[in-house]
Amino acid sequence: MNLQTQQAVSRRPGFLARDALQTLFTVLSQSGYRVFGPMVRDGAIQFDTLTAADQLPSGILNDQKPGHYRLEQTDNPRVFGWNHGPQALKPLCFAPRDELWSEQSGPLRFSQSQPDVEPTAVIGVRACDLAALAIQDRHFLTDPDPDPYYRQRRESLLLIGVDCAQSASTCFCASTGDGPALDDRYDIGMAELDEGFLLWQGSEKGRAVTDQLDLQIASDDQLAAMVQATSQAASDQSRSLPDSDELMLLYKRLEHAHWQQVAERCLSCGNCTAVCPTCFCYETTHEMALDGKTAKMIRQWDSCFSATHSSMGQFQVRSTTKQRYRQWLTHKLAGWQSQQGRIGCTGCGRCIVWCPVGIDLTVETVAVLEEGSLDV
Amino acid sequence: MFDPHVPHVAVIDQRVQESPTIFTLRLQYTDTRVQDAFEFDPGQFNMVTLFGVGEIAISIVNDPLDSHFFDHTIRVVGRVSEGMSRLQPGDRVGIRGPFGRGWPMEQIKGRDVLLVTGGLGCAPLVSVIRYLMRRREDYGRIMILQGVKHADDLIWKEQYDVWAEERDVRVLLAADVATQSWRGQQGMVTELIGQLPLRSQRTVALLCGPELMMMAAVANLREKGMQDGDIWFSMERNMQCGIGQCGHCQIGPKMVCRDGPVFCYDELADFFGAKGF
Repeated sequence: MNLQTQQAVSRRPGFLARDALQTLFTVLSQSGYRVFGPMVRDGAIQFDTLTAADQLPSGILNDQKPGHYRLEQTDNPRVFGWNHGPQALKPLCFAPRDELWSEQSGPLRFSQSQPDVEPTAVIGVRACDLAALAIQDRHFLTDPDPDPYYRQRRESLLLIGVDCAQSASTCFCASTGDGPALDDRYDIGMAELDEGFLLWQGSEKGRAVTDQLDLQIASDDQLAAMVQATSQAASDQSRSLPDSDELMLLYKRLEHAHWQQVAERCLSCGNCTAVCPTCFCYETTHEMALDGKTAKMIRQWDSCFSATHSSMGQFQVRSTTKQRYRQWLTHKLAGWQSQQGRIGCTGCGRCIVWCPVGIDLTVETVAVLEEGSLDV
Repeated sequence: MFDPHVPHVAVIDQRVQESPTIFTLRLQYTDTRVQDAFEFDPGQFNMVTLFGVGEIAISIVNDPLDSHFFDHTIRVVGRVSEGMSRLQPGDRVGIRGPFGRGWPMEQIKGRDVLLVTGGLGCAPLVSVIRYLMRRREDYGRIMILQGVKHADDLIWKEQYDVWAEERDVRVLLAADVATQSWRGQQGMVTELIGQLPLRSQRTVALLCGPELMMMAAVANLREKGMQDGDIWFSMERNMQCGIGQCGHCQIGPKMVCRDGPVFCYDELADFFGAKGF
């Protein structure tokens, strides 16, 4: 038995026929969870509240390339035949807009705001996004100042992961070590086969759900198919990042001419940071009520590509697109290593796909790392 | 649920106008338990909220032994500080903090201390000067180099005169634009470093002020034979959360609000002076 087959067996999956998938939805619902999962909306895979299994994107495949995202409807019965849409988990824990507290005048007092949270089962989470969630967990939940808003949202989630049986052309999770097979951090694992699904528990929380399902014994052929699928998906990937040690050299290339070359294409729009599952920057602003007696402290996603991100009042630390792109890439691939012990990229490729001009970080990184002319 | 984002209420006990654009607020938490638990190191800062307007990072300038109050010296530079300048005793603000890492006061015991400041950079360092004066026997010689753009910008002038009278304390002042009554040097504060009888192996330099000034100071200090590990400075960046979370204040891998604002030169050598960091 090879290593991959051993891993497959260690998952101890059971089999759920395709036409029995609704029972998973029913059990989740009866267990008190809102089911949150993928659907097709506005031409993209998006996550939202689902009420039935037949809302899943059956037969949908995705064509992802730099600056390009298209869905294709096929007769294939699979519901997880795509890779991802613009986002999945990040908005669920790190809300795009959150009210932190409110203040009242006369006399001044502050009250903490409570996020509106309900137990949520997220179905169809990919390995790259689970890895990204672990990175965000470390950022927001590390002592001494764990973030209470993030924590409440995070603890409300039941994560149902699914192996990627295919890679988009922009995927490179194999090179960052984050996919395409689920690794850990999920509550329930899934792998999709033509005839149905393999399911296994990843946590006690997940077991409480899988124990209620009438799972059949998975056959050796099904286990082999599960392993074969992710192995094929990994070998289909053509993009990659250099290894972590080499990426640290980005900090030694701050004056490389290629930064300017990227800046001439980059629109500084911030799409890459919005779709990135690990980007964590936020800004805080006071919003005064019309009566002038109460105000709220709002935090919302910010981007290191915005003009205000590095504002010091009278000047900006990063006033040029070149400086902003360099900040983003060096932080993502080098700075993060110092901060968290790993790069801040999990190989999902969203920043490549959703960039309006198709800037590809795997290409730009290699170009900057190559010894080249200095921009002086 | 403890929440590092929610301020505590503090009331203004005293207000001092230091110069036309600089004022000091003496504050006290309204909750005595919060005030009793409030401890800080020189060089740390608070996030100060003005109702409905905004929140800004301001360093704490009094001595850590003052247990019943804390002081913030603020210069009017933007919307929030402008609003704060109108506050009077009895008015209330929100306070979160203290945040960050202050000056290495324990680590540098027994050393000569050179303080180089420019402009209102003096605020974070004045807390250190006061700290040193109160614990004079714990440190060697003290050299204070204070630079201002215009001679009229110098605040706490009497205080410098008092400090200059102390044993083994040297105070040198510089103004880019001097006036007739100016008794200090005309020129850049960093030029004063060359005039000092510096015992480079025994000295620790603490810098605060505009980055160009600090870069020049580092160059001058190295020429005097000082080691990078003995040069410390306080950095300023866009700070919003105070806990290393919102990402704005990053310099390379460092979060200024959490890992600083005080850094040893060694820690930031790759980025200090690099445009865009």
